[in-house]
Amino acid sequence: MSLTIKIEFGGGLELLFSNQKSHKIEVPSKIPARERSESERAVDLQYLIFWLRDNLLKERVELFIENGTVRPGILVLVNDTDWELEGEGEYQLKDGDEIVFISTLHGG
Amino acid sequence: MAPRLCGLCDNARAILKRPKTGQQICKDCFFYVFETEVHNTITQAGLFHPGDRVAIGASGGKDSTVLAYVMKTLNDRYNYGLELYLLSIDEGITGYRDDSLETVKRNQQQYDMPLKILSYDELYGWTMDRIVSQIGKKNNCTFCGVFRRQALDRGASMLHVDHIVTGHNADDIAETVLMNIMRGDIARLGRCTLICTQGEDTIKRSKPFKYAYEKEIVMYAYFKKLDYFSTECIYSPDAYRGHARVFLKDLEASRPSAIIDIIHSGEAFELKDEVKVTQKAQQTCKRCGYMSSNELCKACTLLEGLERGMANAGVTDRGRKKLEAEGPAPENLRTIPMFQLPNPNNGPSTTISLEASA
Repeated sequence: MSLTIKIEFGGGLELLFSNQKSHKIEVPSKIPARERSESERAVDLQYLIFWLRDNLLKERVELFIENGTVRPGILVLVNDTDWELEGEGEYQLKDGDEIVFISTLHGG
Repeated sequence: MAPRLCGLCDNARAILKRPKTGQQICKDCFFYVFETEVHNTITQAGLFHPGDRVAIGASGGKDSTVLAYVMKTLNDRYNYGLELYLLSIDEGITGYRDDSLETVKRNQQQYDMPLKILSYDELYGWTMDRIVSQIGKKNNCTFCGVFRRQALDRGASMLHVDHIVTGHNADDIAETVLMNIMRGDIARLGRCTLICTQGEDTIKRSKPFKYAYEKEIVMYAYFKKLDYFSTECIYSPDAYRGHARVFLKDLEASRPSAIIDIIHSGEAFELKDEVKVTQKAQQTCKRCGYMSSNELCKACTLLEGLERGMANAGVTDRGRKKLEAEGPAPENLRTIPMFQLPNPNNGPSTTISLEASA
């Protein structure tokens, strides 16, 4: 089983992802257990961030991820809502979700 | 998780957590509070008077794009009675500024404001592309910063406006406070938190977004679907500011009020009198008439260095001495046209060359 997720990059972040703003991706709906003591768990935003790094990111990972999450200064929206209202990395993805990442670190 | 309701109207679904207050608010309330806070900043500081001619320093980036939109909105909503202009500086950076200027030209249409573009090439005879090809990427931000500041004033003078507003936001100001503390730049530390700066013979500059968080500016642009340009300058950004910025973002992640707290710290510093006396008095540049703390303004010094093939002359003391040892500036040296303060009274009668509306 997999989930279809729409990804949007903005504010210059798209430059790290083949200069493409819009992506449609499929991620597994469950995160496989890494150890025997662990059970499978539903896929969350935290997992998605690492999935993007491993599957979609083309360059300069340090501009996207820092200390296990997105770099400070990157805004994340879940279906057009600030991820800070949705539990941030713990938000459980649903089929058809739209996740937006916007960098605020560019000049203006 | 059930959707949270807006903490202000208690009616619609919250879409944003405000970094300043931690409040959770809906889209309409967000637009309303963001715009109203900028309006309050403007009225409390008494920034404008009816009939003022005001230029918005527009780069095509997020801050100035949102500023142009909000200034237009507030001018209409509260009848400020301002004549608004867009003023853009073309540094001559191929693949960067030429693209962002396209955004400004679209803003001109979208916001129905006259646009003036002034280029480094036209004013100084040098584009940033050519400067970088001569001096490399080491000190090019010094040239660009000094040249841009003076170009904005000169552009404002051409538009006969006496007031420039810029998109500097709370994050930018907090960064500058940190940088000035780290450099011990006491004179700038005092100035950098002022919402409005004006000397006797300078054009007024103000920052209506002084208290607006970058996060909210970007969210505002996103939810309003504003058209802005976001690419890093190709000539390596100001590295020192970059460090201050990353440090500030880390602080904000652990405590969102850090940004406003740092601005407050900057405001609260008090200068001892014996520190103040070491600061140089302002004068006018003997070559171009622009305000300066030396006989020659920084832009004239930098330009002379470029023209005489000793670009370091304006950057380091050693370079300066070397230039002086070479003798006085040649008579046919390229110089910057004489600077004149705008006279708003004769504004409309003079022809201003503006960008044609396509």
